[in-house]
Amino acid sequence: MDKTAKRILEEVADLHKIPEGAYNIRLNGESEGRNSTEHIIITNREDGTGINIKILDGTVNESCCIPVVISLSGHEETVRNDFYVGENCDVQIVAGCGIHNCGSENSRHDGLHRFFIGKNSKVRYVEKHYGEKSENSEGGNIMNPSTEITLEEGSTLEMETTQIRGIDSTTRSTKAVIGAGASLVIKERLLTNGTQKAESKIEAELVGDGSSANLISRSVATDNSTISFISNIKGCARCSGHTECDSIIVDNAKILAVPALDAVHPDASLIHEAAIGKIAGEQLIKLETLGLTEKEAEEAIIEGFLK
Amino acid sequence: MLELKNISYKVPDENGSGTDKVILDNISLTIDDGQFIVITGPNGSGKSTLAKTIAGIYPASSGSLFLDGKDITEASVTERAKAGMSFAFQQPVRFKGLDVFDMLKLSSSNPDLTMAQACAYLSEVGLCARDYINREVDASLSGGELKRIEIAMILARNTKISIFDEPEAGIDLWSFTNLIRVFEKIKKETNGTIIIISHQERILSIADKILVIEHGKVKKFADRKEVLPEILGTESASFSCNAADK
Ligand SMILES: Nc1ncnc2c1ncn2[C@@H]1O[C@H](COP(=O)(O)OP(=O)(O)OP(=O)(O)O)[C@@H](O)[C@H]1O
Ligand SMILES: [Mg+2]
Repeated sequence: MDKTAKRILEEVADLHKIPEGAYNIRLNGESEGRNSTEHIIITNREDGTGINIKILDGTVNESCCIPVVISLSGHEETVRNDFYVGENCDVQIVAGCGIHNCGSENSRHDGLHRFFIGKNSKVRYVEKHYGEKSENSEGGNIMNPSTEITLEEGSTLEMETTQIRGIDSTTRSTKAVIGAGASLVIKERLLTNGTQKAESKIEAELVGDGSSANLISRSVATDNSTISFISNIKGCARCSGHTECDSIIVDNAKILAVPALDAVHPDASLIHEAAIGKIAGEQLIKLETLGLTEKEAEEAIIEGFLK
Repeated sequence: MLELKNISYKVPDENGSGTDKVILDNISLTIDDGQFIVITGPNGSGKSTLAKTIAGIYPASSGSLFLDGKDITEASVTERAKAGMSFAFQQPVRFKGLDVFDMLKLSSSNPDLTMAQACAYLSEVGLCARDYINREVDASLSGGELKRIEIAMILARNTKISIFDEPEAGIDLWSFTNLIRVFEKIKKETNGTIIIISHQERILSIADKILVIEHGKVKKFADRKEVLPEILGTESASFSCNAADK
């Protein structure tokens, strides 16, 4: 693996060396290294489209890391990975994709991750999307991640997804079906600049009694970029759902926020909040009284907001 | 030394009468180094506006401002802050995402400020550091907590001029004595000037000089011994009532 690929791996997965536990590193469409453990087994999918990750019942305090790196300009791929998490597990899964584009062609990663989370299991899923270009590179960085989640009774998934600059076009789609007593938390952080476009669509269906969903998106659109966030929580049982979309708009950017609620059961309790606005003038002034320039103040506020 | 020469601040009248509303009216005064000044006066008299004009948040409509002999009338908020001015707001600003530690780091202009140093500032203002250092400076903090954090930020700034706009507002009685101790400490450590806007007799009674603002004008600016008996005699509370009746 060359220096560029190594650096990108650090960016997306905080990997400085070979990770502990189970891992699969995918570089320009090839497996660059893989390790299964006693409880987490990684195999190729039969149709060759990606990998299956099987986590055995009762696996606790283990992690699985499956970063993807694209460093060849013009590389385009569609990958499917399935996660089968057994019952009573407590695991962390780190996925992420980084593109370094050094040429004039588009690099694209389309991924479908399907999660089947067994009874009473707890999963933390961290996904970071990172893109960069060489100077003069005209190729676009494109990522379209789809995630499908099935949460069985009493299980929880906490998903943290981050994309800060670097990706020219993204359409992300997340769908979840949440069973009895199960809960889904999604925290999304997005920052676009230049003429980038980001679209995020989340659909959560609360089908079991006592299920819950909390979808939190914080985004910042700068320059001439656009972000759209569309969420829909459907309450089909005694359940609680909350969706919150908080955005900062800078320069000539555009932001669309549509947090929809759909209650088809009398005991569904659903709440949505959405706010879009410029950075408050008084926040800038406060930081200026601490000696920051307007530009520095803006950066500090955005950095904090997306933390 | 801070010198104000004929500072006025006007805003266009909301009634569209075409005439300006005068908020600060030709204020001239000199504040010497190392002094503890308390500004007082009725609600709406222009105290906060004066502080904001000094800090550069409101540009003076006319007049000029000198810091140690240097004309800073045109200087930005940032430039004034860098020149050694700090300002604790009457209504502290809330931030989504920035935590107390972040704010103290920014205040101290030291990105490497240690947790221990930051906690020391919080302890000074009577906050249990462990409970607050990682709290976001957002709507979840109470008014009094926010006011204390605002004061801790001024401690972290450690500049030669510190301006506090009603720092005691919302702070409970027990902490009052400690608060006064904080001001005395800042004064000693920075060897600088402290300007406090306050209505509190206990704060007025530790001032070197008292500035009374009324209708945007300097009504009185003199030693505490001279001013305090006068203010207490005239009962500023009843004055406010009269002003509200108008
Ligand atoms: N931007 C503005 N536009 C119009 N009027 C203003 C503006 N800023 C302040 N004022 C008015 O100027 C006057 C002085 O306000 P200021 O906040 O300085 O009073 P204050 O002395 O600090 O009062 P308090 O004791 O209540 O804090 C008030 O009548 C206020 O309504
Ligand atoms: Mg005021």
